[in-house]
Amino acid sequence: MANSNRVLVLFAHPALEKSWVNRHLIRAIQGLESVTVHDLYELYPSFHINVELEQELLLAHDVIVFQHPFYWYSSPALLKEWQDLVLEYGFAYGDGGTALRGKKFLSAITTGGGEKAYCRKGYNRFTIRELLVPFEQTAVLCGMEYLPPFVVQGTHQLREREQIARHVEDYRRTILALRDDTVDWSGLRQLQHLNHGLEQIILSSETMPHV
Amino acid sequence: MSNQGFFIQAFIYLLAAVLSVPIAKRLGLGSVLGYLLAGVIIGPFGLRFVGQEGEDVMHFAEFGVVMMLFLVGLELQPTLLWRLRMPILGLGGLQVGVTALVAAGIGLLAGLSWQMSLAVGLILAMSSTAIVLQTLNEKGLMKTDAGQASFSVLLFQDIAVIPILALLPLLAIRKSSPVSLASNQLIFVAAETTKHASLPAWQQALLVLGTVGGIIIGGRFLTRPIFRFIAVTRQREVFTAMALLLVIGIAIAMQNIGLSPALGTFVAGVVLAENEYRHELESDIDPFKGLLLGLFFISVGASINFNLLIQQPLLILGLVLGLAVVKFAVLFGLGRLFRMELSQNLLFAFALAQGGEFAFVLFSFALQNNVLTPAVSESLVAAVALSMMLTPLIMIFNDRVVQPRFTLAEIEQEADEIDDNENPVIIAGFGRFGQVAGRLLIANGYKVTLLEQNPAQIDLLRRFGWKVFYGDASRLDLLRAAGANQARLMIVAIDDPEKTVEVVRLVSKHFPHLKILARATDRRHAYELIRRGADVIQRETFESALELGTEALKLLGSRSYKAHRAANLFRDHDEKVLREMALLEGDETAIIARARQMSQDLAQLLQSDNRELTQDVDRAWDISALRRSP
Repeated sequence: MANSNRVLVLFAHPALEKSWVNRHLIRAIQGLESVTVHDLYELYPSFHINVELEQELLLAHDVIVFQHPFYWYSSPALLKEWQDLVLEYGFAYGDGGTALRGKKFLSAITTGGGEKAYCRKGYNRFTIRELLVPFEQTAVLCGMEYLPPFVVQGTHQLREREQIARHVEDYRRTILALRDDTVDWSGLRQLQHLNHGLEQIILSSETMPHV
Repeated sequence: MSNQGFFIQAFIYLLAAVLSVPIAKRLGLGSVLGYLLAGVIIGPFGLRFVGQEGEDVMHFAEFGVVMMLFLVGLELQPTLLWRLRMPILGLGGLQVGVTALVAAGIGLLAGLSWQMSLAVGLILAMSSTAIVLQTLNEKGLMKTDAGQASFSVLLFQDIAVIPILALLPLLAIRKSSPVSLASNQLIFVAAETTKHASLPAWQQALLVLGTVGGIIIGGRFLTRPIFRFIAVTRQREVFTAMALLLVIGIAIAMQNIGLSPALGTFVAGVVLAENEYRHELESDIDPFKGLLLGLFFISVGASINFNLLIQQPLLILGLVLGLAVVKFAVLFGLGRLFRMELSQNLLFAFALAQGGEFAFVLFSFALQNNVLTPAVSESLVAAVALSMMLTPLIMIFNDRVVQPRFTLAEIEQEADEIDDNENPVIIAGFGRFGQVAGRLLIANGYKVTLLEQNPAQIDLLRRFGWKVFYGDASRLDLLRAAGANQARLMIVAIDDPEKTVEVVRLVSKHFPHLKILARATDRRHAYELIRRGADVIQRETFESALELGTEALKLLGSRSYKAHRAANLFRDHDEKVLREMALLEGDETAIIARARQMSQDLAQLLQSDNRELTQDVDRAWDISALRRSP
């Protein structure tokens, strides 16, 4: 198996004990080989981020995932603080700032509102892709490839175990495929949301092109 | 008994205990069986170190049962006892009633008179409080359903002894004046029923009510000031003397009014279950109880009449087997009736399927009152003693063969309620430091056991509604009584730095599963605590001093957030250094040299912040040098 990518999941949820969906999502990818789950609110409850350690972690991984609930069209405060401190000039961008170049970036978010809320006529007026533009541009400025986001929507309505279980399994498959490089990259780049076309873009090991 | 004779006796009993119990435990047989076997070995049918006087020893040692019930009472809050009223009356009542009837029926079939059969039935319905509670405790099974049910039945039996003692003389075959109990028998377990027989019934009833009421009211209101008065002296042995005085005093009072002393001390225990001195009482009485019970088991072992077994092996073995089978069947059926789970029901039925120590007392009483003939009584006494001896073996059988079939189901069940009965946190020292930590935990819904050694502080806290227990946390037995074996965390917040070190050392040695969080007075103390095995240490003045320093920075013109970040940085740096220096272990020069180096590094780090502001281009608000720790 071409176990080629190391995946870093930067997870930010200030009240995980209250979030069914995020708890299940994070549990599904914990303990996987070559996947580092980094629980920011658990590590830095007083927002005193260890920048050096965070930068070392970034250097040691190939795929960077931001997993968080979509609060006010952005991330929870600690993840913003993390961006402000860790993605610094001379490291992530600017003069000599090439540390992240060539890595891949994925947003994995959960939203309370359903899909219909995120369009011109919905009450959020913009699509998820539009609202995620600051993340997209951050990734691009740092020289990373921005992947279509993995989005779990309408978490307020997700009551059924099966519904959640489907998202959880999708997330796990996505992370594993990114890790193992079993992805049809050109197909993936066409997608709006990563989880809308998983069946087409995740290759089974037989159909996988030999690199 | 001459002085020397006493010492030789004591030497033999103690030697037997010291040799046999560890061996029995090593072989997985439990301490009770160890004691019983020791008794057989030194008894008249073994090495003959103990002869007829063994019986006196047994009656003396029965006081261990009284102490045990006192301790059981201490563990049992009145509310819990109230919740057990159904099992005690229902399960206990039915057990005694049904077992007595079945046994009496068998007696009739065997050709005994109905009076004899009834007496035998009632006597054989009793089980052994001493053996069952000791064995269940040792296996940690008291809190299980089966443990609670067994306890309820035993408690009912203890109460039932009194009416049975009153009933037996009425069953006499040949009319004769009822004989009262010889004073050397039953000194402690049951009491003389006839002492106040001369009083009219209403006066007697009044006397009983008055005494029990006195115990309850005295326990509620008098003990606290008395214990406090003694605790202030900090003389541990006086407290032990007080605890013994209390138990013996109640035993005498109960005996005088014709009630069972075991029952009296049990009531006293329940009354004191919510008292702040409970853990201290427990740990003071416990060794006496243990020794006396051991002595009691040894004397039971020594009293087994092997002559009878050799002469009539079939009869005696048949009786033992019949007794066990009948009791087991009745108990199992009742467990079914009370909807006990199968594995618990089996444990319950196996545990109580023997005759009890009350049987010895009741048989000899029945014999004196001409209810039974010597032949019947002797063979039954032998059968009861043997059945007691078999109990630990039956429990081992249950443990190794029967219960493993259920383990899967039980593990699943346990995961749901993690130690519902035991507090997960123990806080030693509930003064100005421990209180803040403790209140935070309690406000978050955690149950906390609080230990404090200053009686004035305890009084104050009690007035504010806190349940605080008196006790010295550097005592291992007290920590056990406070539940250190079941807890998850131990917070050591004692004022005295040396005692803190001692507690941390003791806890990390004897309860390695406990996470230790300790209060340190200063840096040096913190080093010591880290080396002794504290998992988390907090210097008592560090955080507040850091806060004050932050305020000072602000007054000097720093913006709040910058001052806050500088303090965070200072804390991280200082804690890292602290851990590092703790490992330098006592090397004074090395510590001082390192400390100087560290403070220079820190100053450099913090001050570089100001310089960079003027040099660097305005790109991001964080300045890289501020974070780079040396």
